[in-house]
Amino acid sequence: MQRYIAQRLLLTIPTLLGLTALLFVLLSVVLPVDVIDIAVAESGSGSAAEQALREQYGFDGPLVVRYVKWLGAVVSGDLGESFFTGRSVTEELRGRVPVSVELGIGALIITVLCAIPIGMVSAAKQDSAADYLARGGAILFYAVPGFWVATLVLVFGSLWFNWAPATKYQQLWEDPRANVAQLVLPMLILGLQPIGTMVRLVRTQVLEVLRQDYVRTARAKGLSSQNVYFRHVLRNTMIPLVTVIGLQLPRLVAGTVIFETIFVLPGVGRYLLDSLQRLDFYVVLGTNLFFAVLLVVANLVVDISYGFIDPRIRLAK
Amino acid sequence: MAVGKSAQEQALLFPVAPQRHSGGVIPGWLRILASRKPLGFSGFVILVIIGGAAALAPVLAQYPYAETDFGSRFLLPSRDHPLGTDNLGRDLFSRLLYGSRISLGISFGAVILAKVAATVIGIISGYYGGWLDKIGQRFIDIWLSLPTLIILITLMGAIGANVFSMIVVIGLANIPGSSRLIRSVVVGVREEPYVEAARSMGARNSRIMLLHVLPNIAHIIIYSATVTLGGVILIVASLGFLGYGVPAPHPDLGAMLSGDGLTYMRRMPLMAVWPGLTITLVVFAFNIFGDALRDILDPRMRGV
Repeated sequence: MQRYIAQRLLLTIPTLLGLTALLFVLLSVVLPVDVIDIAVAESGSGSAAEQALREQYGFDGPLVVRYVKWLGAVVSGDLGESFFTGRSVTEELRGRVPVSVELGIGALIITVLCAIPIGMVSAAKQDSAADYLARGGAILFYAVPGFWVATLVLVFGSLWFNWAPATKYQQLWEDPRANVAQLVLPMLILGLQPIGTMVRLVRTQVLEVLRQDYVRTARAKGLSSQNVYFRHVLRNTMIPLVTVIGLQLPRLVAGTVIFETIFVLPGVGRYLLDSLQRLDFYVVLGTNLFFAVLLVVANLVVDISYGFIDPRIRLAK
Repeated sequence: MAVGKSAQEQALLFPVAPQRHSGGVIPGWLRILASRKPLGFSGFVILVIIGGAAALAPVLAQYPYAETDFGSRFLLPSRDHPLGTDNLGRDLFSRLLYGSRISLGISFGAVILAKVAATVIGIISGYYGGWLDKIGQRFIDIWLSLPTLIILITLMGAIGANVFSMIVVIGLANIPGSSRLIRSVVVGVREEPYVEAARSMGARNSRIMLLHVLPNIAHIIIYSATVTLGGVILIVASLGFLGYGVPAPHPDLGAMLSGDGLTYMRRMPLMAVWPGLTITLVVFAFNIFGDALRDILDPRMRGV
C-alpha cells in the first residue's frame, strides 16, 4: 500500500510540472498586451523606465527563464502580486479560497444527500412511475443551466417577495447563521447539475449490485429488505461512487465562478473575472493554477482512497 | 438466436462485422428509434424542430435580430411578436431564433472538431500502444488537469470571443476526455479476432484502423458526441452569460439572460424565460436522444 501511494505521488510531479508550464506559456502567449505596455504607453516614458518595470514584475528575459523564476516563487508560496492593487495574490487567495470551497463542499453535500436516496429508490422500484420520474428528473436537472435558475430566482424573488441577495458577505466564523443563510441558495442551485449526474450513476450501480450473488444469498437467508439495501447494496455501491464524488468537488468549486458573480460573493471565481478584464497577469495565472491544482489533488486523493477501498488495485503492480 | 448456444458462444462464432443499413428512405436506426424508444424519439423530434428553426432563422425571423423599435418596448406576446419584445423593442422570437443559430452552430463546430481530433489520437494511441501510447497519455493527463470552464473563460477573455475562436478553443478543451474514452475502447477492439484475421491476411495497419477498428467504435463516437453536445451547449451558454461569448449585438442564448437584462427582466420576466427554456429543452433532448442511440447502435444490442 505504501508503495502504491508513493508511486501515485511520484506520478503527480511530472503532471504538476507540465501543468504549470502549460499554464504559464499559454497565458504569456495569449494575453494580447501585457500591463507593462499599457503602463509605458500611459506615462510615455522611454525604454529605461520600461526595462525597470519589466525587471520589477519579472517580465524580462526569455520565456523559459521567466517560467523557472515564477515556478521557484510559487513553490515557496509566492504567486506574485496584482498590478493594480499591488496586493499579494497568495494573501488575496487566502481570504477567497474558503468562500469558494465552502460553496463547493456545501453543494456536494446537498448532492450526495439527494442523489443517493433518489437513485436507490429508482433502482429498487425499477420501471415504476417513481423510477421514470426520477430518471426524467435527473436528465432535467442536468439540462437546466444553473445560471438561468439563479436569474429566475433573482427576477421572481424581487417581483413576488421583494427579495434580493445580501450585498455584504458574512464570514463563516464571525456569523455562521448569516453565512449559511447567504450561501444555501447558491449551494442548492450549484448542486442541481451534479444531482442529475449522480442519480443516474447511483441507479445504474445499484441495479448492477442487485444482480450479484451475495444479494441473492442475503435475501435467501431471510434478511429484511431494509437490511439488504443498507448493509449489502449501499456499501458495495459506494466503491465506484467515491470516484465520482471526489471528482465532482473541483468541478463544483470551479462552477462557483458563475454564482459568485450572481450572488455577489467574494470567492476565487469573482477574483478571476475581475482581474481578467484588466489583464492582471499574475492574478489570472494564480487563480487558474488554484483550480487546476485542486483538480490534480482531487484525482490523487480519489486514486489513493480507491487503493484503500479496493484491495485489487493496491496489490496490482 | 440458435437453440442451445449462449450469446457469448454466438459472439465468438460470429464476430460482429460492420453492418450496412439496408435500403429504404428512412434509415434503420431511425425506424428502431421510432418504434422502440418513444422517449429517445421525442428527443430526436425536438432536436429536428429546434435545429431546423435555428438553421432557417434568416427565413423564419420576421425582424432583424438587432432592429430596435422604441415604440414597442416590453410588449407581451401578440400576433406581431409571438414571444413579446425586450427593453429595446427587439422581437424576442427573432432574437431567440438567431441566438439558437449562433449557440448551436458554435457547439456543433466545437464538438465535430473535438471528436475528429480525439478519434485520430485515440485510435493511434490505443492501436499502436507501447511508448507512443505511454507518452501520449501523460500529455493527455496534463491536458485533462486544466479546469475546463475556468480556462475557457480565461482564454476567451484574453483572445476575445468570436464564432471562430469559440469553436477552436472549446473544441480543443474537449479533445482529451473524448480521446481517453475512444482509446480505451480501441484497446479492447485491437484484440478482437477480426482484427487478428485482417492482420494475418497481411492488411496494413492504416487499413485495419480505418476499415476494421473505426467502424466498430463508431457507435461510441456518435453516442458520446450527442452527450458532449449537450454539455458543450451549456458551456457556450455559461460563457455567454458571463460576457465571454460572441460580442453584441449578436444574440446568444446565454448572454440574453445576463448583463443589463436583469434590470429589465423585472419589468418583462418573459425576457428571462425563453432563452433558458430553449437551452434546457435542447440539452434535455440531446441527452434522451443520446441514451436511446447508445442502446440502438451498440453492436451487442443488434437484433435483440
